[in-house]
Amino acid sequence: MSSLGSKVQQVLNEPGCATNQAKPSFDRKKGCNRMLAPGAAAGGCAFDGAKIALQPITDVVHLIHGPINCEGHSWDGRGAKSSGSSLYRTSFTTAMTEQDIIFGGEKHLYKAIKEAVRKYNPPAVFVYQTCVPAMIGDDLEAVCKAAAKKLGKPVIPVNVPGFVGSKNLGNKLAGEALLDYVIGTEEPVETTPYDINIIGEYNLSGELWQVKPLLDELGIRILACISGDATYHEVARSHRARAAMMVCSKAMINVARKMEERYAIPYFEGSFYGIGDMSDALRRIAQLLVDRGAPAELLGRTEAVIEREEASAWERIAPFKARLAGKRALLFTGGVKSWSVVAAMQEAGLTVIGTSVKKSTPDDKERIKAIMKDDAHMFDDLKPREMYKMLKEARADIMLSGGRTQFVALKAKMPWLDINQERHHAYAGYEGMVALVSEIDKALSNPIWEQIRKPAPWESSIARDEFSIHVA
Amino acid sequence: MARVTISEKYCTVNPLKMSPSIGAALAFLGVDNSMPLLHGSQGCTSFGLVLFVRHFREAIPMQTTAMSEVATVLGGFDNLEQALVNIAGRTKPALIGICTTGISEIKGDDMAGFLKLIRANHPELDGIALVDVSTPDFQGAFQDGWAAAVTRMVEELIEIPQFETRLSRRINVLPGCHITPGDIDELRDIFEAFSLDPIFLPDLSGSLDGHIPTEFTPTSLGGISVEQIRRMSSACWTVAIGEQMRGAAITLEHHTGVPYKLFGRLTGLAPCDELMGFLSEISGVPVPKKYRRQRSQLIDAMLDGHFYFGGKRVAIAAEPDLLFATSHWLHEMGCKIQVAVTTAESPVLETVPVDEVLLGDLEDLELRSVGADLIVTHSHGRQAAERLQIPFYRIGIPVFDRLGAGQQVSVGYRGTRNLIFEVGNLIMANAHEPTPETWIPKQQQSHDLVTLQ
Repeated sequence: MSSLGSKVQQVLNEPGCATNQAKPSFDRKKGCNRMLAPGAAAGGCAFDGAKIALQPITDVVHLIHGPINCEGHSWDGRGAKSSGSSLYRTSFTTAMTEQDIIFGGEKHLYKAIKEAVRKYNPPAVFVYQTCVPAMIGDDLEAVCKAAAKKLGKPVIPVNVPGFVGSKNLGNKLAGEALLDYVIGTEEPVETTPYDINIIGEYNLSGELWQVKPLLDELGIRILACISGDATYHEVARSHRARAAMMVCSKAMINVARKMEERYAIPYFEGSFYGIGDMSDALRRIAQLLVDRGAPAELLGRTEAVIEREEASAWERIAPFKARLAGKRALLFTGGVKSWSVVAAMQEAGLTVIGTSVKKSTPDDKERIKAIMKDDAHMFDDLKPREMYKMLKEARADIMLSGGRTQFVALKAKMPWLDINQERHHAYAGYEGMVALVSEIDKALSNPIWEQIRKPAPWESSIARDEFSIHVA
Repeated sequence: MARVTISEKYCTVNPLKMSPSIGAALAFLGVDNSMPLLHGSQGCTSFGLVLFVRHFREAIPMQTTAMSEVATVLGGFDNLEQALVNIAGRTKPALIGICTTGISEIKGDDMAGFLKLIRANHPELDGIALVDVSTPDFQGAFQDGWAAAVTRMVEELIEIPQFETRLSRRINVLPGCHITPGDIDELRDIFEAFSLDPIFLPDLSGSLDGHIPTEFTPTSLGGISVEQIRRMSSACWTVAIGEQMRGAAITLEHHTGVPYKLFGRLTGLAPCDELMGFLSEISGVPVPKKYRRQRSQLIDAMLDGHFYFGGKRVAIAAEPDLLFATSHWLHEMGCKIQVAVTTAESPVLETVPVDEVLLGDLEDLELRSVGADLIVTHSHGRQAAERLQIPFYRIGIPVFDRLGAGQQVSVGYRGTRNLIFEVGNLIMANAHEPTPETWIPKQQQSHDLVTLQ
């Protein structure tokens, strides 16, 4: 446990995280692990975060050591897509029982690893520690070590009992597991000057595939995406990349920074959301590769692709302008994503009347101010009740947010679009922004809104008049 | 008589089971203006919450004591106290249902003692019902948690009046967790047709039926009120649905003297006849015309449908009471249960019409489903059904890849009839058209293939 404790400390005090470095030294050590308020908390635990970060690795067994609460309710629940193996969608757990609690779960775990390997023969097994086995003292690292030796396969301990902290912390601890046990353990068959890693992209709804064709066209090879649509071997060989992009969320900043330290792979922080951001990302990837020795002509080719794609995207967004002009949108999402989609929405004619800045850095906030000018309403934390009131009073025409607030909008009979991680549509790259605008249009123009807002036949005529004035 | 065996694997693959903690939480959600609280780490709540959101397509009020590592070592008193005070301040619920998890159970938090102390220190909690239930997630399954929560509500909330005043039409109904909001609506109609006045504990038809509330509410949107629960002692009868509710029904009888009648299931002709007979007897009202007609319609549906069900091999995995209801109904339509998998022990398992009932997972189901005509389980069976190319009917919780899970009705004559249509259509849609090769023996076919190559 003490090693886990020091790991947590180390991860929280992440030097690569600008948000954290901006804090006074005393707060810095605490990192972003804010104290959770009992009875007023929302969100997952560290184990949840680790699973989110690693489960997109498609061809390995992800084995959860814990009672049924940890895996039984959440398996096969996320939309990370695979171009190959579907083993990552098979759920493995020790489903601990009272027997394990009394006698210890180590032997059970060992036998479970063995059984999973015998039946499914994966290139590796990731084993996740949860609260209950941590409490009773099951030594995860020791069991994994023994199993790896005996079975002749990598068995990776992911020590993330839920109670050590938040989802974000779990993301980072998952990254540590990759750094400690996976990355750099194998050599790629061949390398090219165009090899990159993409870190912190999970290929939800296939978003990586909205971006990959452009990289393919430029001859840029994704050596490893960590961890969207990745295979075990790709991650193990990722230390030979020439450059890396860390995708917007800071979930895996420790991976990017330590790979730079250990393997001299320079990285930048970028985003695939928004047209401008996508172009920036391509430019910076090309620049980093050229800096590391790729032929300089890559820059010119990249600019040509950017020019073509931007023109095409704006051209496809243009027809929506008339339809969306003057519509007011409320945006609720974490961090960087806020400002990176605002630009595209404005270009499509929408007015963004407010956005959340709960997870944004001061830097993000400045950018939002600059983009939104006077209209900027930034909410640190809007209670669902207030949100409902805003929507009910029709101060916005559509809300874009995550699943958590979905029903606040829908119950107020207000169009809503999912832009969080559980969403079913892919919004990355140029294609993604066109899709986003088109989805907003689809949501706003659906004929149900007019129908469901009409009063019921038994509501009085006076009430009916008031209602029509109100919605007009 | 079925043999009940336990899967002898060390590694559960594709779990069928869910934890009693969230089973209990769902039971509390059937009470109006309530807030379930899981005493454990944040993830315990968030995983269950997301599961219910995906199933019901509704906002789910559910909180956590957010136990940290340190709090877990020191004991959960402070976190529980803070959580209750926070919930009371922010959402003003009528009831907070406190479900333990593996974390608090292993630590050994003394819930009764904690609550007594917290009550004494916090007058702001007066007027809020606090019901705790022990639901370690390493023991039992979802329906056990649901049943335990109902029993605890009965123990904690029902008031025993000094003078017995029975309401002649009042019936307590204790539905198991496999009874959907839609089922409850159907049952309410049936009871009311006999001039009876049923109250359901829990009543998900008020909270998770999918309706538009007039105001924003941060707690459950409806259901039985705490006040109604208190007065359950004034009913003439208790009707329990599903063996899982026997304990709660007995506790209720023990506390209040209200006799109970347990229906193992309400899907299928015979069980519905039994219900109609019982309701007619206790109400003194003859079975209304509407239901006589529905019975006749069900019989017609059985006649029309039996061609498609007869001899079909069905693989089914569900919690004990749902397995019991569905497998008997399928058996009565002429199906052969090829494999039955369930989550936990129950006295009904031995009566399931199959040689063996396996306490196992969806890998067990998949391995034994080869050659079946139909797979019946919750949405997580989708991968197995896809791999085996077998038609798939979704029952239970979670059903996250179809609309209207909460309104799926399978009780009563009409519910059974509709079930025949739905499942029958699924079987029909998968009927194989004959080809010139259909009647050529398999061996010869493969021989021909070899010679062709």
